[in-house]
Amino acid sequence: MRARASAASKKANRNGHGRLVELRLYVAGQTPKSLAALANLKKICAEHLEGQYELHVIDLVKTPQLAQNDQILAIPTLVRKLPEPIRKIIGDLSDRNRVLVGLNLREAEAK
Amino acid sequence: MDNMGAQGCPIQFMSIRTMEQRSKYSTMRKNRNGNAAANVTRLEKALTGIAGFDEVTNGGVPKGRPTIVCGGPGCGKTMFGLEFLVRGATQYNEPGVLMTFEETSEEMTKNVASLGFDLKGLAARKKVVLEYVRIEPAEIQETGEYDLEGLFIRLEHAVDTIGAKRVVLDTIEAIFSGFSNTGMLRAEIRRLFRWLKDRGLTTVVTAEKGDGTLTRYGLEEYVSDCVIFLDHRTTDQISTRRLRVVKYRGASHVADEVPFLIDERGFSVLPSSSMKLNHAVTNERVSSGVKDLDDMLQGKGFYRGASVLVSGTAGAGKSSLAASFAERTCRDGKRCLYVAFEESAAQAMRNMRSIGIDLEKQVRKGLLRLEAWRPTQSGLEMHLLQIHKLVEQHKPAAVVIDPITNLMMNSTVELHAMLMRLIDFLKARQITGFFTALTQGRYKDVEQSDVAISSLIDTWIFLRDVELNGERNRCIYVLKSRGMAHSNQVREFVMSKDGIRLLPVYVGSGTLLTGSARLSQEARERAESMLQQQTKEEQRRVLEGKRKALDVQIAAMRSEFAQEEARVALVSEQGQQRERELSRDMVEMVSLRAGAQQGRSAGANGRMGEEHES
Repeated sequence: MRARASAASKKANRNGHGRLVELRLYVAGQTPKSLAALANLKKICAEHLEGQYELHVIDLVKTPQLAQNDQILAIPTLVRKLPEPIRKIIGDLSDRNRVLVGLNLREAEAK
Repeated sequence: MDNMGAQGCPIQFMSIRTMEQRSKYSTMRKNRNGNAAANVTRLEKALTGIAGFDEVTNGGVPKGRPTIVCGGPGCGKTMFGLEFLVRGATQYNEPGVLMTFEETSEEMTKNVASLGFDLKGLAARKKVVLEYVRIEPAEIQETGEYDLEGLFIRLEHAVDTIGAKRVVLDTIEAIFSGFSNTGMLRAEIRRLFRWLKDRGLTTVVTAEKGDGTLTRYGLEEYVSDCVIFLDHRTTDQISTRRLRVVKYRGASHVADEVPFLIDERGFSVLPSSSMKLNHAVTNERVSSGVKDLDDMLQGKGFYRGASVLVSGTAGAGKSSLAASFAERTCRDGKRCLYVAFEESAAQAMRNMRSIGIDLEKQVRKGLLRLEAWRPTQSGLEMHLLQIHKLVEQHKPAAVVIDPITNLMMNSTVELHAMLMRLIDFLKARQITGFFTALTQGRYKDVEQSDVAISSLIDTWIFLRDVELNGERNRCIYVLKSRGMAHSNQVREFVMSKDGIRLLPVYVGSGTLLTGSARLSQEARERAESMLQQQTKEEQRRVLEGKRKALDVQIAAMRSEFAQEEARVALVSEQGQQRERELSRDMVEMVSLRAGAQQGRSAGANGRMGEEHES
């Protein structure tokens, strides 16, 4: 908990915001779904999380051992590691509204 | 294929894979086709190592293919999968991957630790990989298209890490709860099974029983080679687990339901009895533990590997005979399994001590294994399984079951079937079976009620009560004993603190006498014989007297004779004397005459001479 807080505060200072969204996108090779997911995600982040997010794209074909940690089954899967609780969004992220709800960004905007 | 095309996932996915991977896939395809040709001739099987299962299926599950193990909750499917995996890793050098969807690796490790399976240790030695797949529908949001490539990647990674040959998926259906796109899920499951086949992984897939179907999600559609159904049901408050091979493509198998057991040593399936009677036989003999009984059986006892039945009414001494046999077996340095259904082990030991049979010592030595449980504890087949397991563990030379009739819950038919299985099992291992049977009736009925099992028994000993003169005494006889000239005698069975003895009974005027009647008869006989003895003595004395009298007479006559002889001798001596004297007198007289008549010598001489001559 402490580690997370300190990391978050450091990043927050740099970004000038109160919170940081840490995202991981799990893909398996350059599949159309994976590519679509990445494109959709980048768009959403650019519009809603500019400067407040960190995105790691993990290709499980190259690093299969990483699938276990986040309990990945479906591909593509977007995992919101921070802020907690962990959220998972599976699919090509084509439904923007659902992605926003999934990432808790709708509420954030409402605030 | 249409389905997959409609979903678009697998085919599209493959087309975008790298060249290297594509070539890997096509090689797999080729292999599969090659295998398909080979499969026409023979379906290869992989031994599971699960006790009894490999016998039921003639060699285990299809090698390199998925097998579905289905059943209701708590039927033991997970246990089946686990044991398949652990036995593979430990006994057949086939490392395995366990992918669980319901229990975490830690839970699974803990669950099977009680069975003596060290999953953690196996994982550390790279014999097993535990892959826990957690599905949490609450934290998953679906947006757009996806597939389960992540599952494939994880499985493949796990398989490649240790070079696994076996895979267990427990329970794959859990994915249906996590994802809403069932069409996609079905396509993915189909793809998964194909992938497992292509990789040649011998797989056990567990599945929950559906309502009126084998599996809730119809997984059996995708696995066409082997489907095993496990059932856990309760009848008459006794639970029985049963296994059925629903389907086994291209292979003969036992289609019946066979009982199985899960206990502290894992899963064991009771193989059905063999149809053939081809047990090896031996001429070796084993003592019954009672010398007098051995004497009735050619002086040598039972054949090793024979089935011996001792039947009798309550309190006839069946258990004592059984204990005696068990103790003797152990004293000969062999192992013995004693299953008691009436007494606890401690009670049996105490009771047998009272007739000089020290079971405790043999238990301490580890030769005797005394197991006692209530016959109502489980179903008939469970008992049989339990005995099977104990035999496998203890490896005895003899098994005693006391009494076998306590297992008879409903029908003799059932008991008959069980006994047949048990005897087959024991005979195949040349283990001497010693069973006691409690008979309820008396006399003629006694034997008739047991006719059902007679044909299974090699040596049948009967204990019977005889009530006479206000006493109950025990009689024993050998009803039959295959392959030996046995005694036809009824003996009295006597138990004392020094053990069991068989005494000849008094048989006369159509009745047999035992106990005090026998004793009094014996006393009478003793008196009679004493009387006879006395008469003989008397006669001998009379004779002796006569002989003595005769001797005296003979002596008297002898002495008389001697006197006579002496007298005769004296007379003859006197005669001779007289003659000699006579002749001397004559000579003297002659000489005297010669002196007086010298002058007339010529005349005198002449006369003398004449006289002498005449």
